[in-house]
Amino acid sequence: MDHNVENKVEGPERKNILTVMIKRTLLSILSFLICLTLFAQDSTAVPMADELRKNGKIYVVVAVIVTIFIGIILYLIRLDRKISKLENNNS
Amino acid sequence: MKKWWWKILCIVLLVYTLIAGLLWNNVPRLPQLNETIRNLYFHVCMWFAMMILFIISAVQAVKYLRTNDLHHDTRSREYATIGIIFGILGYATGAIWMSYTWVDPNRPAYESFSQIAKEPKLIGAAIALLIYFAYLVLRDSISDIDKRARIGAVYNIFAFAFLFPAIWIIPRLLPSLHPGGEGPGGVRTDNPALDFKALAPQMRLVFYPAIIGWTLLGVWITTLKIRLKALKEKTYLQ
Repeated sequence: MDHNVENKVEGPERKNILTVMIKRTLLSILSFLICLTLFAQDSTAVPMADELRKNGKIYVVVAVIVTIFIGIILYLIRLDRKISKLENNNS
Repeated sequence: MKKWWWKILCIVLLVYTLIAGLLWNNVPRLPQLNETIRNLYFHVCMWFAMMILFIISAVQAVKYLRTNDLHHDTRSREYATIGIIFGILGYATGAIWMSYTWVDPNRPAYESFSQIAKEPKLIGAAIALLIYFAYLVLRDSISDIDKRARIGAVYNIFAFAFLFPAIWIIPRLLPSLHPGGEGPGGVRTDNPALDFKALAPQMRLVFYPAIIGWTLLGVWITTLKIRLKALKEKTYLQ
């Protein structure tokens, strides 16, 4: 029954349907674009330590870590020198 | 300090790793991992250093069996020891990293930990490390020097052979949360660290120097231990 009714649409009503269709496609394209912007927002919305970077406190942490590391390395170098000395004494 | 250039290279690379690895704002923004992606420069490098040290250890074991030179035996043992230390460090850092990225906050802690404990990568690495522990126990429990060296070398080659299934094959065939192998979405990333498609290209600028730096540090410490052992043996003989 529905099939028959649709077939009878003509003239001004048909134009109406066309405008509705155009409106709908425009709307769907618009919503798709909005979706895209949302995706773009999502990809940058992954929380990173931006704040820590901005106020510069991260440099303090890195400075501390590098200082500790260099201290350990200096100890290793001293150990290396000591062993070299022992080797020279023995031979 | 003869032949010191690679030690300076090691220091430079590691300082670069620490500074660029922690500060350089070039890491990809990944959900769930967030800033912890920087652990790649530290946690993964521990395993790399362990594998390279174990390879050197196995090569020295083969050299001992070919030449019967006891120097190769002590080298093999020390490389295995430092390799184990790097393995333990890799395990410990992995434990810290996983408790912030794998643990599901919506479930009780013991439930997610019981799931994490079934990870094939963790089990494989644990088995491999235990086999190397057994190598130390076995080698150091024999008092006869030549017998100790020979049995130790043979067992070392066996332990190295066991690394292949325990670390490099089986964990990559099974589904796992850990990168590498079959992911939860059925996405295959074959190698946990060297997969060129999975790793962001700009991270390689820090990652490869980090691998070299940490490995050189392991080799440096090992050479110190080897020289110390040689000195000790000399004083015993005198």
